[in-house]
Amino acid sequence: MNHTIADVAVPTARSKITLRNKWSVSEASFRRILYLAGLSLLILIVAIFFSLVVASLPALRQFGFGFLTGKTWDPVRGEFGALAFLVGTLMSSFMALLISMVFSLPVSIFLGEYFRHGNASTFLKSVIELLAGIPSVIYGFWGLFFLVPLVRALEVKIGVAPLGVGIFTSSLVLAVMILPYASSIGTEVISLVPSDLKEAAFSLGATRFEVIRKVILPYASSGIFAGILLALGRALGETMAVTMVIGNSNFLPKSIFSPGNTMASVIANEFTEATGNLYLASLIELALVLFIVTMIINILGKLIIHKMSARK
Amino acid sequence: MQGMAEISIHRRIWADRLFKGLIILLSLCSIVPMFLILFLIVKNGISVIDWEFLTHLPKPIGETGGGIANAILGTLWLIVLSFVFSVPLGVFAGIYLSEYRGDKLAYLTRLAIEILQGIPSIVIGIIAYVWVVMPMGSFSALSGGVALGIMMLPVVVMATEETLKLIPDSLREASLALGVSFPRTIMKVILPAGLSGILSGILLGVARVAGETAPLLFTAFGSPFMNYNILKPINSLPLTIFNYATSPYPDWHTLAWGASFVLIAFVLGLNLITKSVTKKWKVQF
Amino acid sequence: MESAVLRIENFSASFGELTVLKDINLSLSRNTLTAIMGPSGCGKTTLIRCVNRMHELTPNAKVSGKILLDNQDIYNTDPIIVRRQIGMVFQRPNPFPTMSIYDNVIAGYNLNGIKLNKEEMDRTVEESLRKAALWDEVKDALHRKGNFLSGGQQQRLCIARALAMHPEILLLDEPTSALDPKSTAHIEELVSHLKTTVTIIQVTHNIAQAARISDFTAFLYLGELVEFGSTEKMFTGPKDKRTEEYLTGKFG
Repeated sequence: MNHTIADVAVPTARSKITLRNKWSVSEASFRRILYLAGLSLLILIVAIFFSLVVASLPALRQFGFGFLTGKTWDPVRGEFGALAFLVGTLMSSFMALLISMVFSLPVSIFLGEYFRHGNASTFLKSVIELLAGIPSVIYGFWGLFFLVPLVRALEVKIGVAPLGVGIFTSSLVLAVMILPYASSIGTEVISLVPSDLKEAAFSLGATRFEVIRKVILPYASSGIFAGILLALGRALGETMAVTMVIGNSNFLPKSIFSPGNTMASVIANEFTEATGNLYLASLIELALVLFIVTMIINILGKLIIHKMSARK
Repeated sequence: MQGMAEISIHRRIWADRLFKGLIILLSLCSIVPMFLILFLIVKNGISVIDWEFLTHLPKPIGETGGGIANAILGTLWLIVLSFVFSVPLGVFAGIYLSEYRGDKLAYLTRLAIEILQGIPSIVIGIIAYVWVVMPMGSFSALSGGVALGIMMLPVVVMATEETLKLIPDSLREASLALGVSFPRTIMKVILPAGLSGILSGILLGVARVAGETAPLLFTAFGSPFMNYNILKPINSLPLTIFNYATSPYPDWHTLAWGASFVLIAFVLGLNLITKSVTKKWKVQF
Repeated sequence: MESAVLRIENFSASFGELTVLKDINLSLSRNTLTAIMGPSGCGKTTLIRCVNRMHELTPNAKVSGKILLDNQDIYNTDPIIVRRQIGMVFQRPNPFPTMSIYDNVIAGYNLNGIKLNKEEMDRTVEESLRKAALWDEVKDALHRKGNFLSGGQQQRLCIARALAMHPEILLLDEPTSALDPKSTAHIEELVSHLKTTVTIIQVTHNIAQAARISDFTAFLYLGELVEFGSTEKMFTGPKDKRTEEYLTGKFG
């Protein structure tokens, strides 16, 4: 029996065609929906930026660039200078980075070179994953009840004011929190170093240590750097754990054991009690600075990673 | 001459062994914090958990007992809200990025996602405050849901895109060759095939968002009461932990340990479930 | 002479600047098996992908000329309707992994929202699986997913899926190139039986296979249709020198 186009599109006496309405959307509308979904994400980012700028306008207009260099943060007198928080942020983040690198680099080498497969590798990888999954507030809680007494004891020993809380403590907690981020990219780039490069070095009689030092690390250096950048980005924006152990002082920190505040922690502390447009706008301006700085660092880090994969 | 060369090799071999030992030692050190944290939470928290703790509301200061029922409920409610705000949009954006890979807009969207991923959670809290709390004039579960939804978006989009990219083109062609339109091919063949990957991405997003505090500080705000109304403030587990842990009352500290236990169990449990979902539902090609 | 079920007239296809098919003229009779052969890159896969309008899914794809299915210009018809009339089986078996064997066979109806009652569905599934010589092997496992099937069985499932739509033409794109010899033999046998009920075009790079099963053969070289005729005549006395060289293995 000859079938024509009509037979398939039109029912025979016995069969029924019910084109279910859900997917009767024409192809063009579907494409439009998808396109809009993608576009809306772009709009979201732009909207976030603009909202932050608009909301912080009062502070931007009042203080201008002096906002970042002002030493005094006095809500009562309406003086808002963020230098103390910038310093606090930089101090805690960079110290955290240094402390973390002491452990994250070995982890990257452990997982990327020495123990790529097997039980040891799975175990350490799971632990690192778990560390990344612990909520920030729990880190803060642990920092408050475990690290603070330890730091206090240390401060007594070295003759500093035994507060326990402070920038040093916050950098300790941060160091643990950013370990997974600093180590994961490092692990990947180290494991992706081409084996023929390594074999060339081995065949010349180098020890593993020397191959790592002279072949692997140099090759993977930009990737490791990217991982550090991304970890830094994470540390800069971290709020809860920091706010719980940093001591919440709005004065310029004098030493690493001083209490202080980061841009993120002062927002967390004071936002709900902020009265008046200028106060709120100043806090939002801090958020704007955080947004821009973390965005630049993240883009830089991802750019380096893209360049590395392009190189291969 | 030969003596010198031998010492040098000897030294190098020792350096090699020492280095490996150092690497192993330092790597294992990173396990220590995890065990410390988990141990502390289990030790201090497990004694607090009982039926009353899980089903009762918190009591005022001075009274013993009380529980975190409203926090548990609040967390669940906020998860549902963030789901609503992030999953439909995120999945469709992920489909767009996977099926129209080369588009100029796709490149920009991917950039937007990467920026979104890196925004500190407190900044997102401020955005939700400006967009929802200020016009509404009050704190609400809705604003908290919006904040958490924005945080979940990148996770959902990336999970969808990565999963769909892995599905071979031959499947799309098989469907198209049967005369099935493109929308149906995507929704009835491709998306179901990628379900496990997308679902595990969503679950991981939920695990992350369930533990967030900063964006809720001035959106959901917290509340000592049970609340089902999304237009009112709502409590959550992380908020409770924060408030109790930083309070001066030892009784509340104990409650905070219990709440931490529940939160950690929930988050880690979700991570484990995700792994088994991925294994069980994964479609092989 | 029977009217041709498929007529290709002055047909050319390209990807951007690269022309892949040049001025093809071909006419196929109903219920015959035509083999399309030629060395890699000669355009044979592109040709059949133009017949069911899959070629245009690639960006920058362009076509010119006419293809007439039962005297209807397929490029003036909605591609979806064209594809429902023409079945395609691909090089690598691609059954839908989330569907059972049963659902795979009637996927063409389900996905298009065409509702059949249970009796019709059962009948279509059995009929198609029988035609694809797979019924006996899977009749007790119809509602299991197809991933336990061997490569050859999966390919027969794909053939059943295409046949379930009662297509005018069945396009086979090197259907046995990913299969072992035993499965290849199975499918060759089934295809040569099928040609009595549906017009088949099979792309193959296996000259011996073309000789074994096809009624007509088209030889493509660098996008041109070099020769077309009955298989017997072409293999015993090719008219074009290039055809002769290809058949005797001098290239390709």
